[in-house]
Amino acid sequence: MTTLQRGFNTATSWLADMGRSALFLLRILMSLPSLVLKPRLLIEQIYSVGVLSLVIVVVAGIFVGMVLALSGYRLLVGFGATEALGTSVALVVVRELGPVVTGLLFAGRAGSALAAEIGLMKATDQLSGMEMMAVDPIKRIVAPRFLAGVIALPLLTSIFCVMAIGAGGGYFVGVDMLGVDAGSYWSGIQSNVDFGQDIVNIFLKSGVFGAIITWVAVYQGYHAPPTSEGVSRATTNTVVLASLAILGANLMLTAVLFGSN
Amino acid sequence: MNPETHMADDRDDVPDNLVEVRGVHFTIGRRVIYESVDLDIARGRITAIMGPSGTGKTTLLRLISGQWRPASGKVYFDGRHVANLSQNELFDQRKRMGMLFQSGALLTDLSVFDNVAFPLREHTKLPERLIRDIVLMKLEAVGLRGARALYPAQLSGGMARRVALARAIALDPEMIMYDEPFAGQDPISMGVLLRLIRRLNDVLGLTSIVVSHDVKETLGIADYVYVISDGTVIDHGTPQQIRDSRSKWVQQFIHAEADGPVPFHYQASEPYANDLLEVNR
Repeated sequence: MTTLQRGFNTATSWLADMGRSALFLLRILMSLPSLVLKPRLLIEQIYSVGVLSLVIVVVAGIFVGMVLALSGYRLLVGFGATEALGTSVALVVVRELGPVVTGLLFAGRAGSALAAEIGLMKATDQLSGMEMMAVDPIKRIVAPRFLAGVIALPLLTSIFCVMAIGAGGGYFVGVDMLGVDAGSYWSGIQSNVDFGQDIVNIFLKSGVFGAIITWVAVYQGYHAPPTSEGVSRATTNTVVLASLAILGANLMLTAVLFGSN
Repeated sequence: MNPETHMADDRDDVPDNLVEVRGVHFTIGRRVIYESVDLDIARGRITAIMGPSGTGKTTLLRLISGQWRPASGKVYFDGRHVANLSQNELFDQRKRMGMLFQSGALLTDLSVFDNVAFPLREHTKLPERLIRDIVLMKLEAVGLRGARALYPAQLSGGMARRVALARAIALDPEMIMYDEPFAGQDPISMGVLLRLIRRLNDVLGLTSIVVSHDVKETLGIADYVYVISDGTVIDHGTPQQIRDSRSKWVQQFIHAEADGPVPFHYQASEPYANDLLEVNR
């Protein structure tokens, strides 16, 4: 087989995979209305992917906020503009780092768990067993996990931002340790962080990231070969592909949402 | 699906056979699993599908249940062409059949009780009190009422299969398909499963399909047997007819002989001596 043929086969296989994943997403979206009748499934999954990811998000938020305040202070003190510390920490966290870092953490913590769980369910015939009991696994297993990711990630991102900017993170280092004035820290944030521009966009960005991560995770898990190697590969693929997809989507969303400013 | 095509493919009469497989051809990738297979599953009987590992016995169950579709040929369940059913029709049909997977396929995050209650909660609007009674009856039938609070990870292989059996009969199906029910079972569990399969079939008036390569056990409970290999039906008949079969292949299979039509040695490209000399050169 020539290099050209191999390249062609890889490209067609990749395109076919993209097509399958798009159809899979369509099936998930069509299954979402059925969750109205079974809200408990959704709540369980929000707990599983959201609440159980809280610790890593809170800790990461605190540390990211501290580092931003430290490095921001060193930069701003040279210009005598330390009162802008709150604004700079808040804008960097709210516009970029919050959604992206939370998304990457979510892909590593919840995305990998989702792919492994669904992959193992497939390998142990649990999904086939459901189909044989006339229960659609897309409705019962996949759709609640997908929607839970879309709901949980914006909430986790908000918590990340609060932790990074607030008393545990940037405020602690900037105000309590480095002596920046508390009033100018908060008033800078209040006057420069726009609700419509920044806060709404946090939810928009992280909602999109949540959809991307859980889509990749459930697709990889559902189509994993039913072997230990297959599940392992699906888990790895989920983290790698979802992380790259988040970074790519972040560039596009930032260009669309903030590009005109 | 065009309704006219649908009617043309379905049978008008009520057949004696609950399942009919006609000229089924099925491949996975380039590997041919079935070449024009025909077989019948009679109502109220235990029909065994036997053959060596990897011959596609489980595939047959997936074709009957509509999880997979044949490349050509037809599979009828109660006179209806399975491949032509819509998803809703297929799901309605699956409520009439239960399947016991080799692994049990129990939902690992649910207790034994909740596993058996699962199909009832999904498909009926029965009050929880009634579901409890039904689940306890089904668990009592397989002797595991006392294990209702346990989780699948706490069960032995034999117990897991009995729970899966209780779950398979939860919706009172017309047919149960058993995929390798005896594989890896100790003698006590094996005896329990054999008696359960026979008793459930007779008492509940079920139709049973047992896929297995355990010769003695399967011939002991089956009413009719199909022997499959290399994508075709090698022989079929009552257990006694199978025991008396003139087919050398069937004789090798039921007497577990190491060599015969199915060779002991996997075909090698080089003669043995040449292979050894190759290393020494």
